[in-house]
Amino acid sequence: MPSLQFTLNGRLVVLDAISTNTTLLQYLRSSGHPGTKEGCAEGDCGACSVALLDSGPGDRPAWRAVNSCLIFLPMLNGREVWSVEGLASGDQLHPAQQALVQRLGSQCGYCTPGVVMSLFETCYRQDLDVDWKVDDQLCGNLCRCTGYRPIREAALSLAEAVPKDHFSERLQGPAAPCSPLHYDYQGQSYYCPNQLADLWQAMKAHPEARLIAGGTDLALTVTKHFQPLPQLISLEGLNCLRGTSKTDHGLRIGATTTLSQLEASAATELPLLARMLRFFASRQIKNRATVGGNLCNASPIGDLAPVLMALNAELVLLSDRGERRVPLDRFFLDYRHTALQPGEILAAVEVPRPGTDWRLGAYKVSKRRELDISAVCAGMAVQIDPKGTVVEARLCYGGMAATTRRATKTEEALRGRPWTLTEVEQAASLTAEDFAPINDQRGSQWFRATLARNLLIGFFHETREQSLRKLPERPSSTLVLS
Amino acid sequence: MGNEIDPLHRDAEHESAVGHVTGRALYVDDYEGPSNTLTASVLTSPHARARILKRSAEQALRLPGVAAVLFAADIPGSNRIGPIIHDEPLLAEEQVFAIGQSVALILADDAETGRQAARLIEIEYEELPAILSIAEAIRADSFSTEPHIIARGSVDEALEKAALLLEAEFTSGGQDHFYLETQSALALPKEQGGLLVLSSTQHPSEVQAMCAEVLGIGRHLITCEVPRMGGAFGGKESQATQYAALAALGALHTGRPVRMWLNRDQDMIWTGNRHPFYSRYRAGFDREGRILALDVEIYSDGGWTQDLSSPVLDRALFHLDNAYFIPDLRFRGQVARTNLASNTAFRGFGGPQGMVVIEDALHRAAERLGVDGAEIRRRNYYAKAPRNRCPYGQELKDIRLQRIHQELLISSDYEERRSEIDSFNDSQTWIKRGIAFCPVKFGISFTASMLNQAGALVLIYTDGTVQVNHGGTEMGQGLHTKMLAICAHELGLPLSAVRMMNTATDKVPNTSATAASSGSDLNGQAVRNACTELKERLREVAASMLGLSTTKAKDLQFSGGRIELPSGSGLDFPAVTHQAWLEQRSLAATGYYRTPDIHYDRAAGQGKPFHYFAYGAAVTELEINGLTGESRVRRVDILHDVGDSLLPSIDIGQIEGGFVQGLGWLTTEELLWDGSGQLLTHSPSTYKIPAAGDIPADFRVALLRDARQQEVIHGSKAVGEPPFMLAMSVVGAFRHAIRAFGSADRELELNVPITAEAVLRAVEEMRSIESCPEANSEVDSSSTTNVVAAP
Repeated sequence: MPSLQFTLNGRLVVLDAISTNTTLLQYLRSSGHPGTKEGCAEGDCGACSVALLDSGPGDRPAWRAVNSCLIFLPMLNGREVWSVEGLASGDQLHPAQQALVQRLGSQCGYCTPGVVMSLFETCYRQDLDVDWKVDDQLCGNLCRCTGYRPIREAALSLAEAVPKDHFSERLQGPAAPCSPLHYDYQGQSYYCPNQLADLWQAMKAHPEARLIAGGTDLALTVTKHFQPLPQLISLEGLNCLRGTSKTDHGLRIGATTTLSQLEASAATELPLLARMLRFFASRQIKNRATVGGNLCNASPIGDLAPVLMALNAELVLLSDRGERRVPLDRFFLDYRHTALQPGEILAAVEVPRPGTDWRLGAYKVSKRRELDISAVCAGMAVQIDPKGTVVEARLCYGGMAATTRRATKTEEALRGRPWTLTEVEQAASLTAEDFAPINDQRGSQWFRATLARNLLIGFFHETREQSLRKLPERPSSTLVLS
Repeated sequence: MGNEIDPLHRDAEHESAVGHVTGRALYVDDYEGPSNTLTASVLTSPHARARILKRSAEQALRLPGVAAVLFAADIPGSNRIGPIIHDEPLLAEEQVFAIGQSVALILADDAETGRQAARLIEIEYEELPAILSIAEAIRADSFSTEPHIIARGSVDEALEKAALLLEAEFTSGGQDHFYLETQSALALPKEQGGLLVLSSTQHPSEVQAMCAEVLGIGRHLITCEVPRMGGAFGGKESQATQYAALAALGALHTGRPVRMWLNRDQDMIWTGNRHPFYSRYRAGFDREGRILALDVEIYSDGGWTQDLSSPVLDRALFHLDNAYFIPDLRFRGQVARTNLASNTAFRGFGGPQGMVVIEDALHRAAERLGVDGAEIRRRNYYAKAPRNRCPYGQELKDIRLQRIHQELLISSDYEERRSEIDSFNDSQTWIKRGIAFCPVKFGISFTASMLNQAGALVLIYTDGTVQVNHGGTEMGQGLHTKMLAICAHELGLPLSAVRMMNTATDKVPNTSATAASSGSDLNGQAVRNACTELKERLREVAASMLGLSTTKAKDLQFSGGRIELPSGSGLDFPAVTHQAWLEQRSLAATGYYRTPDIHYDRAAGQGKPFHYFAYGAAVTELEINGLTGESRVRRVDILHDVGDSLLPSIDIGQIEGGFVQGLGWLTTEELLWDGSGQLLTHSPSTYKIPAAGDIPADFRVALLRDARQQEVIHGSKAVGEPPFMLAMSVVGAFRHAIRAFGSADRELELNVPITAEAVLRAVEEMRSIESCPEANSEVDSSSTTNVVAAP
């Protein structure tokens, strides 16, 4: 009988009679690890955070804080996980724990195990060199008691040096990718193939199966809506789908590249994308969520789509019949409906590097800056010739319609016209014709419509001097105007 | 020996910190029940108001793993619970009055079976018209209380004479507690028909009492124990009770242990919030901005039951003055009854909702009169008699407002920064900054005077180690840390010799809720009183061991693990405790405390409801973007009065945490319902409490020095709630920034919460008016603000 195996706090766990829909959080709490807490079951509070050994920059192993409420046990097959209970050795606290104790970073203590795991990741990250990255590192952990000041200070102190301990030693060793798996339990099945041929076969055998990678959205089916996902096929075992590579024209991003894996190459190759990633989900989500998942889920408020669409990204779709390419602006057919055919997967996204004659902006407005869902998000790219005339405009909005869409009338009004405030203001009023947004808990119709117009005007102001502005350390707004 | 540092009045770590960071600190749902433990789940009403025509669990009971399904008729005792008036059916009777009201209790082997069973329970409803807002309640004359009126002088006359008369409306939104640990309970059957109920509650005695009433048994058969809470903030003062009582009901019915735990969505939908308020006011000022008269009507949304709505409204009325003397006034308040979740206690308990109203009036007056926001507040502070009398007649003593005002304005560079900001704003088109000062005065005591009592039980073992029990509960605020420090200080022992026990009703009976910021004040005195009694006994024993006279025995001090004379000669604590046992002396003592001299006559609106007042002030600077409405708080300076702090590091944590929670209430936390009364914002994906990135990088918190408070434990002051209201300074800062987008004559309507959308709306309104004809800027009694549409 096939079993699934992973290492928890340094000890091997072998399971062969457990539902594939059991989350790591449920398993922990029912197996004598009550330290890990459930605060929301949707990856929005971080109380359930644990550390997973994953591949970081340069495919080196890295400790990553992840939400255990969104991880089904089979996803861990072959991997190494640590929960809060495993960090201290005897009475000797881990530096992440010690830092919180000393600074009174816990009051009620309920969010604390999750905070500890985020700080644990902090300890072994060597790229926490600026203030905003600390906010980003911590934004996935809600604390209702402390007001965060002591937690931020703990993080800042821990970012300074990597502890010398068995966790840092482990990072010198090999990565621990998930192992191939075919696990069945009471009519449920979970496949994790490591070859495309096996994937096609599994997809044929189980056309009803859902494809899963990071699972940060799909898992909510189980954890929030209490609906089972009996057949799952994971793409995590397919190396050919993961990682980024430079091409002649730009960047190729494998579909199962996580958002945190994308950060480094985006920062150097596609700064516009890097800018959006700053306000994209929490660290824990970025450590699991994949580029392909964000696109294929086809949510109108997915934050990658507007930026990638503005950059004229092309999607590489793969099936056993071969490969085809679809421009991103033709990929979304309707609300949560894409151009993917049965038996087809998204393999990669190819993003051309924009020329120097393009002005670029990426914006996201939400109730809260970090870890929130957009009221409106936008990616904007306008090509201007030396005479100051608009050659091409790609104004892509999320949160304004059933899918991420371009503001085609507004774009048309700009093409061939001088790139001036008067022209832009006039064109911006056409966003009202391009979109008829909805009222919901994230913003009213008025708010969204006004933002659509204002973001374009703001984009004009922002890119007056520079084709793409860098965000300041702690910006007050998605628009950089001062 | 003797080298132990006295833990009082110095920084301390949280007593459970190591447990928190290692995951070893246990919360109710972390306790592993016996293997036959059942999981309780609740079937709740999908309608805001409906008549129940039919209820049947026949099919659900056939499902394997379902032990029982209980309805109101299955309750052996009383089905009505509630903290003051027992008006809340534990399980629905003929009608349901809110979405999320409990209808049936399901007891099953696990949560999944419970969910399946819930789908099989048949309830037939006939929908009835519902009231879903304060405005609808006012129209329908739907109230849960009679009006409460506090009045003084001749308001109408004074308003008529005022140089500036403001008429306005103001609304403040609700707030979900969003404690990280949702409501939970574990009920374990014991011998003699008894039950042990582990509950995440601020009020174990109420849980005990309600369980007993529901089950129709004596309170002596119920023990309620609280290990700790994962946050509460008022949300577990009364509303933990229902879920503990349901668990107890299930345990008694089945004879098996029952676990109850709400998931986040259930907790947010089923349990109540901070009360939203609607108010309308008339405020009269003289030309210098001194308030002459204030006439206010406030209405809170109490939801479908009374719960604590009446005292919450009282406290809102008691705090309509905030820090300011108002010569003539009429405050009228009433609780609206709606078909929404029953709103409840939340840090500040109505105080914030009252204070934001007068702050709104002061903002508008300052803007109208061209007086600086800090200055207009200074001119209105309570001061010497006759300007020291609160609206309800209590005379203020030891007013610290002027001192805090002066010190904070200097330490925060308020005036310089204000002018820098004004020049910054002149130089910017789309980015504007704002800065504002706001004081806080907050009354300390339960306003229901009899609640101001507390008990403790201190046990000394013959080896000189100590267990301390008190009636207060630990929800993160550091109460246990403070009580340990007080106990160790009194007995002169190292902290390692003193152990804090779980709060339990079989150790300290008939307690009040840990609420009203009173935890340390009340329980601290009780712990001290218990220790004082034990010390008297030990002093006698030590004196006889040392051969000291009765007079000399009085000089014996408890310090450094010793009982000794100032000369240093004496005995180790354990030697004395052992001797006490040999001499057949009791080493256990209870301590009891009640706050002296507080009273309030609600009918007359007069009395002395508070033992004393806490003071503080904050200066907040922020930046907004006029194209998106987004904002960021750039810097916050706080000076707060905690008296002579028991443990400064703990108090600083309360101040910072309170401020940030207040910031959430005033900015990003927005509760929204659909037209059927269904809460739309019931999880952190849609309800946004502040995250780490929302706090100012420059966050300066200081405690007022030399601030000893008379007649409070070790000169300290309560700290739980008052700092929450320091966040009101963000409102003024927003107004400053938003008004920089338009002409100074334009009246700004700014309710809370101030979301990005609210800011953008306000900015667009400020900008749109620029092209309009200038409003009459002359100040006279005829100029009034625009009144928005009546509710």
